Amino acid sequence: MLHLDAKIPDGPLDQKWTSYKFERKLVNPANRRKYDIIVVGTGLAGGAAAATLAEQGYRVKAFTFHDSPRRAHSIAAQGGINAAKNYKADGDSVWRLFYDTIKGGDFRSREANVYRLAEVSVNIIDQMVAQGVPFAREYGGLLDNRSFGGAQVSRTFYARGQTGQQLLLGVYQQMARQVGLGNIELHNRTELVDVVVVDGKAAGIVVRDLVTGEVASHSAHAVIMATGGYSNVFYLSTNAMTCNITADWRAHRKGAAFANACFTQIHPTCIPQSDDFQSKLTLMSESLRNDGRLWVPVNPDDTRSPDQVPESERDYFLERRYPSFGNLAPRDIASRAVKVEVDAGKGVGPLKNGVYLDFSEAMERLGVDTIRERYGNLFEMYERITGESPYKVPMRIYPAPHYTMGGLWVDYELMTTIPGLYSAGEANFSDHGANRLGASALMQGLADGYFVLPNTVSNYLAPQLGTRPVPTDHPEFQAAEAAAKARYDGYVAIGGTKSPDRFHLELGRLMWDYCGMERSRAGLEKALAEIPALHEEFRKDLRVTGDAHSLNQTLEKAARVDDFFELAQLTCLDALTREESCGGHFRVEHQTPDGEALRDDEHFAHVAAWGWTGDPGQPERNVEPLEFENVHLAVRSYK
Amino acid sequence: MKTIDVTLQVWRQDGPADPGHFDTIQVPGVNTDMSFLEMLDLVNERLISDGSEAIVFDHDCREGICGTCSLMINGQAHGPLRGTATCQLHMRTYNDGDTIVIEPWRATAFPVIKDLMVDRSPFDRIVESGGFITAETGGAPDANLIPIPKPVADAAMDAAACISCGACVAACPNSAANLFTAAKVSHLNLLPQGQAERYRRVEAMVDTMEQFFGSCTNHGECQEACPKEISIDFIAIMNKDYLKAKFKNSRLLSRT
Repeated sequence: MLHLDAKIPDGPLDQKWTSYKFERKLVNPANRRKYDIIVVGTGLAGGAAAATLAEQGYRVKAFTFHDSPRRAHSIAAQGGINAAKNYKADGDSVWRLFYDTIKGGDFRSREANVYRLAEVSVNIIDQMVAQGVPFAREYGGLLDNRSFGGAQVSRTFYARGQTGQQLLLGVYQQMARQVGLGNIELHNRTELVDVVVVDGKAAGIVVRDLVTGEVASHSAHAVIMATGGYSNVFYLSTNAMTCNITADWRAHRKGAAFANACFTQIHPTCIPQSDDFQSKLTLMSESLRNDGRLWVPVNPDDTRSPDQVPESERDYFLERRYPSFGNLAPRDIASRAVKVEVDAGKGVGPLKNGVYLDFSEAMERLGVDTIRERYGNLFEMYERITGESPYKVPMRIYPAPHYTMGGLWVDYELMTTIPGLYSAGEANFSDHGANRLGASALMQGLADGYFVLPNTVSNYLAPQLGTRPVPTDHPEFQAAEAAAKARYDGYVAIGGTKSPDRFHLELGRLMWDYCGMERSRAGLEKALAEIPALHEEFRKDLRVTGDAHSLNQTLEKAARVDDFFELAQLTCLDALTREESCGGHFRVEHQTPDGEALRDDEHFAHVAAWGWTGDPGQPERNVEPLEFENVHLAVRSYK
Repeated sequence: MKTIDVTLQVWRQDGPADPGHFDTIQVPGVNTDMSFLEMLDLVNERLISDGSEAIVFDHDCREGICGTCSLMINGQAHGPLRGTATCQLHMRTYNDGDTIVIEPWRATAFPVIKDLMVDRSPFDRIVESGGFITAETGGAPDANLIPIPKPVADAAMDAAACISCGACVAACPNSAANLFTAAKVSHLNLLPQGQAERYRRVEAMVDTMEQFFGSCTNHGECQEACPKEISIDFIAIMNKDYLKAKFKNSRLLSRT
């Protein structure tokens, strides 16, 4: 069994982070240059950590498989970032953001981590403004806020519909400054292919140069991985095409526990799939639900155009079912409500696979110009993709995989079960429990990168003063390099008939059908039988054209899909063993009479952290109990 | 559902030092609801099943924000639609029987890596030289301490919308990067937080830009090609600041 010590500091909740920062070991500024730190991934979490650690004086090596750090998928976040600034004086506080996040996560996250997140949220906004992020402002020049799902206060800061882009540019610019100063050594178009552990501690990584196919090792005193989430296990998701699980999975295979894999988030407002060739789904920001109203015609056979359907024959189902939160019900709740309507045959559009998101009432009330100011770029994006203008007809939307709350298990210091290996941002499992609230991913990525890791890494590094990183000619590095080369050559050598994309598509369908918005024992068991069979077929019938010694995107994809197969099994197994419904994990066997999620706090108020055993079908389930000392475990109601 | 047949002429090139050539590829049965890149996915799927190497092209988010995708399509950067990156161009723009010529960005500063993929790292070098506000983590004052008039914040945001795709360079007859650099400079130089480094920033970034790229002669092609419709007015703002910087920086540094 794994030893899961979350290392939560003693003391009252609101003093834990302060006392941790005082108690931790420090590294003297003059000694910091004696330490090497590897950062993998350059999105909000990785970029912020790389920049800040370099500012503090550590020697940082940063790795990204993109051509530039600024392309990381954080860039695509649209709606905003939460912070407990209470600039609107509508009753917000650190405590309220903490409580909303714990409740939003359906009481499956750690109190201490979430409180710290809420605490540093205010610093994030200060920091980003100082770096030149052009957040939306009122005419008086002060910062504007809007509302997001799962909250009854306005605490979301935004930059048009491009908040993720603007925050990532802020982080990238801080990082670029350190690259220019020579404090960060940047490796672009370089992908992590293995993690190396020597004497039980993270020693470094093995990477593949995507342009030349060359495999090389890098060692350091500590390794930080901030490599994003795994929604692409569903094939179609709102994630960018290259988002993958490989870095996390390689660490998992080397001993890092993987937690709560079944906590995946299906976002309610995405453009419905139009056909089989589709390569990805496009998100329409949650912010649209500030002014847009979801509805379906009462009569499932209604074929009238939406503007011809009178008010009395429309069902505003979120407002009806959840009157106090209405259209701003949290994502898991809203997604399932949409599914209920579509499954009941009330879906709209040619494939009857969506519901309306309607702005006509808001345009009447506020004027078209205000709506254009708030959502113009989203409306344009919708029109470019669908050929329909939301100014004239309501949007049609349907849920899609969007974010994964599960990830590498980390303790309070964000260290995985491998000493010296840290995980940050979406890649870890820490702060969102079973469901993440809107505008909280950007907050967590920046909290981890700017404010948490730069305080916790020194606690591990300080005792190592005077040691050198393990040399990369160590047998462990040599063995990992040889294995990586054999792995990539192996894909090319199979010489089968099906491309990696075909396999990915088939895997994604299994996952969506049996481990998507609704899960059942029978379905999960079926998936757990079919996934290994498909994986076996992949090993025998994969076709990768080209070679492993030059740029080969087909080969890159093959390796990522290979790892998705193993993760998919773990996700289904995690879903099967969690015999309750909570947040994004909805088991049909566990629901209330009116179809709401039914939690089982007695048996499942815990984190499931899985250990690698060498057999992806038989991982070891470990449990970290969640203790709630400050909040009452309530039935999560948004009615 | 409507399908069309198109003929592609695609640039293929093994590496930066290799000679390139056009491959002609017939693509029957293209669903017009496909995005342009989904059409290329289809072509690649067919190439792989024929045992050929897939066409290499850069792409990622496919929602027009990451700036990874590129492509000269019939001689136009990101294709024919205004304010649209290649990933959001859809095949409904094309007609049955069309021939579509697909090339990589063409600029000396952006050498071809393979096929349609180019190296845009000079953009990173420009930002590293000064495209930031020095605000190290920790010491920031309260975010509402300095009010920023809405028009100023909006103008900064207009510039900051740049996705660093490189279309401006590819469209420019001189392969100049003035629109990119001006967007980066103006985003920060317009904001109160950016004033301390305003003149140092513009001088450093323009000088770095000139190491890699050609000179601007006000053709305006960049503005037409920009998927974020960034205005060449920002080039004027940058030039004004650059000119001022030549005096101010000399004085500040007591140079003559």
